[in-house]
Amino acid sequence: MSFIPGQPVSAVVQRIEIHKLYEGDNLILGFSIGGGIDQDPTQNPFSEDKTDKGIYVTRVSKGGPAEVAGLRLGDKIMQVNGWDMTMVTHDQARKKLTKKNEDVVRLLVTRKSLEETVRQSMMQH
Amino acid sequence: MDNESQYSGYSYKSSHSRSSRKHRERRDRHRSKSRDGSSRGDKSVTIQAPGEPLLDAESTRGDERDDNWGETTTVVTGTSEHSVSNEDLTRASKELEDSSPLECGRFVGPVLSGVLGVFALLTPLAFLLLPQLLWRDALEPCGTPCEGLYVSLAFKMLVLLISSWALFLRPPRATLPRFFVFRCLLMALVFLFVASYWLFYGVRVLEPRERDYRGIVGYAVSLVDALLFIQYLALVLLEVRHLRPAFSLKVVRSTDGASRFYSVGHLSIQRAAVWLLDHYYTDFPVYNPALLNLPKSVLSKKMSGFKVYSLGEENSTNNSTGQSRAMIAAAARRRDNSHNEYYYEEAEMERRVRKRKARLVVAVEEAFTHIKRLQEDEASSPKHPREVMDPREAAQAIFAPMARAMQKYLRTTRQQPYHSMESIITHLQFCITHNMTPKAFLERYLAPGPTVQYQREKASRGRQWTLVSEEPVTSALRQGQVFSLRRLDFSLVVTVTPLPFLTLGEEFIDPKSHRFVMRLQSETSV
Repeated sequence: MSFIPGQPVSAVVQRIEIHKLYEGDNLILGFSIGGGIDQDPTQNPFSEDKTDKGIYVTRVSKGGPAEVAGLRLGDKIMQVNGWDMTMVTHDQARKKLTKKNEDVVRLLVTRKSLEETVRQSMMQH
Repeated sequence: MDNESQYSGYSYKSSHSRSSRKHRERRDRHRSKSRDGSSRGDKSVTIQAPGEPLLDAESTRGDERDDNWGETTTVVTGTSEHSVSNEDLTRASKELEDSSPLECGRFVGPVLSGVLGVFALLTPLAFLLLPQLLWRDALEPCGTPCEGLYVSLAFKMLVLLISSWALFLRPPRATLPRFFVFRCLLMALVFLFVASYWLFYGVRVLEPRERDYRGIVGYAVSLVDALLFIQYLALVLLEVRHLRPAFSLKVVRSTDGASRFYSVGHLSIQRAAVWLLDHYYTDFPVYNPALLNLPKSVLSKKMSGFKVYSLGEENSTNNSTGQSRAMIAAAARRRDNSHNEYYYEEAEMERRVRKRKARLVVAVEEAFTHIKRLQEDEASSPKHPREVMDPREAAQAIFAPMARAMQKYLRTTRQQPYHSMESIITHLQFCITHNMTPKAFLERYLAPGPTVQYQREKASRGRQWTLVSEEPVTSALRQGQVFSLRRLDFSLVVTVTPLPFLTLGEEFIDPKSHRFVMRLQSETSV
């Protein structure tokens, strides 16, 4: 998942659709994010490339909507409902995820194992 | 550095120091007699001329002479005043040299420059006195302005004397193979000035018996001014110009690879060589020929190469070259093992040295505990009647227990030719006198010191070096020059590189611009 600044990024992504859950007054998704272009990328335990300032999933609450939908710990979120998440600040990412008038968020996430799976399946052909 | 050499300025020497000069001469003569014993060659030149320095007319001598490098640093040629007769002088001095190899030829230069100097210094006084003596009655009386000029003349001459004493009256320390260009220049300049002043004086003042005394005094003062300016020029050319570093010299000793880097200014090759040798004596560890060879066991393995038998054709050269090539190839393949032996041999040697060193250190420490300095108040107490010794006896008393360990250590490190028993006892006595600890006593033996430390042990005559260079030795240092200084058994190879030109930029940092933030790593749950 390394990137070269200025060049388009290509990755194998998985579409995940999370339905928000009502908890009291709030709509929650059941996971935590970390990262952003205003954050320190070297502290990210999930990224391979320590200069990657993307948004990563740092915690998935058990039994929550995110886990049910298939989100895993350490996933990098590339898009949320069409909005790009690779070059956003932490706060912008949070805002895009917690819009009050949206019930469903469709994420494009990527993880290392996806690439390997694809490669393996391609090799089998 | 030729600082110490005297030279032209010499001219400013004058009657003021004549008495002191006599003392100097006597002192120098005595010193030169004891030159054999003395290790510092520098002041022991027996020049009777003051300021011995410089300009050694024998210049082109070369080195077959046994003269001490440490002695007269005269630069050849001091006598450029008589530029035509220089060659005659050189020839004459060469003959002188051959006849009496010691010092006769050396003095021609200094004597001439001394004469010139004295002459130049007495000239203003002569200018003042001659009219008074010859046509005193016809002179116009000259009151206060003249006296003012007298005062200024006196002070300027005083300054001239003191500064020439300080700058020029130093014994030379080296003899250079060729002319020292700047000195010749200065001598020529002094001669020219003085001669032209005399010419003018003779034609315009003595002939018509000039009556304006004030003008004459003014003229004398202007001569002294001119001499002061020449001295300033001498100062700049000889002392100051080469102080700003411009070149970096790399000096490598050819036998064991000891190397150093030095920074020098703009010098000619010969002056740079002298400067370098000054530093060589204090910086480089002494050259020990015994330490050079690989231990025998390593070499012998290499020597035992292949025996190649030639079957048949024995006399054809082709075969022999082929044979030798085969041998070399085989030997090269076989050499793969000798580094192993070298390594182990080195490790073994180091272990041995360390063991001996440990024994030596312990022995010396123990020996030093046997004696202690007698305190003043104890001397008179009758309670402990001990035998009181002077340092020499004390040294001899404690030398015995450490002698064996010392000898073994010196033999292992191959230093025994440099330290005789006598010298060790003398050093021990010296250390005891100055309250040194055993460690301070041992520092002399544990590491090879600079060459100047061993000068007494070796023969101190003839610190003779040969300057080997592809370019004339009076040419200035330039990038990429290589010259070498050779002695009988080793040589120093010197490479010249210019110091890089530095472009220094500037960056201003506002003290208020130092601000910091914490690194963010927030985690938000959505």
